[in-house]
Amino acid sequence: MSSSATFTAAREQGRAALVGYLPVGFPDVPTSVAAMQAMVAGGVDVVEVGLPYSDPLMDGPVIQRATQAALDGGARTSDAFTAVRGVADAGAPALVMTYWNLIDRYGVQRFAGDLAEAGGSGLITPDLLPDDADDWFAASEKHDLDRVYLVAQTSTPKRLAMTAGASRGFLYAASLMGVTGVAAIGAGAAELVARCREVTDMPVCVGLGVRTAEQAAQVAGYADGVIVGTAFVQALAEAPDPESGVAAVRALAAELADGVRSGSAVRA
Amino acid sequence: MTETTTRVEDAARLVDQTGPYFGRFGGRYVPEALVAALDELDAAYTGALVDPEFTGRLAELHRTYSGRPSLITEVSRFAEHAGGARVLLKREDLNHTGSHKINNVLGQALLTRQMGKTRVIAETGAGQHGVATATAAALLGLDCVVYMGEVDTERQALNVARMRLLGAEVRPVTSGSRTLKDAMNEAMRDWVTNVADTHYLIGSVAGPHPFPAMVRDFQRIIGVEARAQMLDTVGRLPDVICACVGGGSNAMGIFHAFLDDTGVELVGFEAGGDGVETPRHAASIGGGEVGVLHGSRSFILQDADGQTRESHSISAGLDYPGVGPEHSWLHELGRARYESVTDDEAMQAFKLLCRTEGIIPAIESAHALAGALREGRRLGPDGVVLVNLSGRGDKDVDTAARYFDLVDADGTAHTDGETP
Repeated sequence: MSSSATFTAAREQGRAALVGYLPVGFPDVPTSVAAMQAMVAGGVDVVEVGLPYSDPLMDGPVIQRATQAALDGGARTSDAFTAVRGVADAGAPALVMTYWNLIDRYGVQRFAGDLAEAGGSGLITPDLLPDDADDWFAASEKHDLDRVYLVAQTSTPKRLAMTAGASRGFLYAASLMGVTGVAAIGAGAAELVARCREVTDMPVCVGLGVRTAEQAAQVAGYADGVIVGTAFVQALAEAPDPESGVAAVRALAAELADGVRSGSAVRA
Repeated sequence: MTETTTRVEDAARLVDQTGPYFGRFGGRYVPEALVAALDELDAAYTGALVDPEFTGRLAELHRTYSGRPSLITEVSRFAEHAGGARVLLKREDLNHTGSHKINNVLGQALLTRQMGKTRVIAETGAGQHGVATATAAALLGLDCVVYMGEVDTERQALNVARMRLLGAEVRPVTSGSRTLKDAMNEAMRDWVTNVADTHYLIGSVAGPHPFPAMVRDFQRIIGVEARAQMLDTVGRLPDVICACVGGGSNAMGIFHAFLDDTGVELVGFEAGGDGVETPRHAASIGGGEVGVLHGSRSFILQDADGQTRESHSISAGLDYPGVGPEHSWLHELGRARYESVTDDEAMQAFKLLCRTEGIIPAIESAHALAGALREGRRLGPDGVVLVNLSGRGDKDVDTAARYFDLVDADGTAHTDGETP
């Protein structure tokens, strides 16, 4: 099931959606799934299930450390489906976010089939360009899955239009030039969203550099979705034990959801 | 004519391949944020190749700064161990900074200036590419940051000092396996963040398009010179060309001018480490499978899930779990052959060249020398083998001294005991 229904519902409520990221397997598979469910209970509308990769070139130190720990703990591709099932059980759309080699290795058709069967909504591909993605286009069409590509401030108008045209579900606008969790969201994000609006009616979500309720409120004033990753990972990483980590994730989700609602009110 | 050299005749000229794809290999697997910079680079480099001012400036630097054309040296005492075949070395070790890396670096540094960028970043394994980049940055007045795996900063301490003397900042990389692949990840992250004023000066024929084609084009001068030198001094083309292959830039550099000479066998020697049958090697073609790493599709070392496997080689410059996409294509076409050479074989060839010819090769290049011994024995006395001696071994003296037990555990040299 596409995540677009969730964005439509949020839109009808006059607000942006909150999208939360956590990697499966950190600190272990059961805790990561419990934390994803806690995000949903706290007010996250859509969950990005991170699938750890050995060479995460879009990720900053916090997510690098967490995903490396997950791999050291034995995280496998199949664990992503376990997490997707857990999120779907909690009532939220789950999209897997990972680097292309893992999908390529699993087999694009096979991955799409197993993801759909697990109740997943789609896939976010930070290092796959629509230019090079015919087999994923076909597989996602066949299994009714979202194709979420990233756009950046350096994307030309032509590439924005091409990428939006190839996407399904929503468009992921990278708020700044850089990797996850290092810098705070910049002024260019609103402008990028405005440029996306010129070429598509599809929901546009903003990620990279959003970690506080205040920033979430600000982004909710102009975007359809607010994506938070590093802050959730940090909440889990800094907790003294898994239980309090899961609780901290839930509390952060609630805080960010409040932020999104207050920011959306300004927009409305 | 052998089986491997006949299939090519059906194809278009192999030298004309410019990417983004080499067969099913290559492409661009990168964040969208980098696409504009890659397009800009592609346009700048494509234009530069046909711009007489650019090519003239580069040729002048080659002549007056790096010392090109590099020599061809026939090594007859070494060749006595190679079945009596004639063995000739293309002396890239004699270039300024001590390896072939300078060829690519000067080209890309000039392009950086042309694009109006003021900062270059680079990844390095052995330090050869880092030193070359720091050198070109000093020459052309560019800021320079070199990413180097922490493991490599330890085994190549002298090159770290060299880069710093040249004014570059060296950032040790502590993530992942702390070697070349992780240095490349970190350089990519820097580039995504600073792409407005920064050029990522990739040192091999790897990475997203246009890097594999561009780096090859800046390195192909090796083969262009060698081809003319062979005709001039030997009167014919070699039977076999041997080169070591990590990412594969020196090998593409010497292979390229010969790609359509179907009588010339091209052989790339990957780092076999403890042996390709063990988990500890760096032979991506010989012991890997097709996947995506660092922006392109090629043969890579990976586990069942597609996680990158750690590579191992005594040579830091070959210690990389991927290989340039054009090599994968040449392998699949059967135009080039790829074999592996273990650490021990490479070190024996290293020692042999030192003792028979008075040339200390880079340990990377010693893999090609070990290959040349095999090829020469196969060909016998009528054979002619050309080896790309891609770098000199000064940086490896410490590693070699330990390998041959010339130093105590604390690094102090001793003069007793047997010479190796």
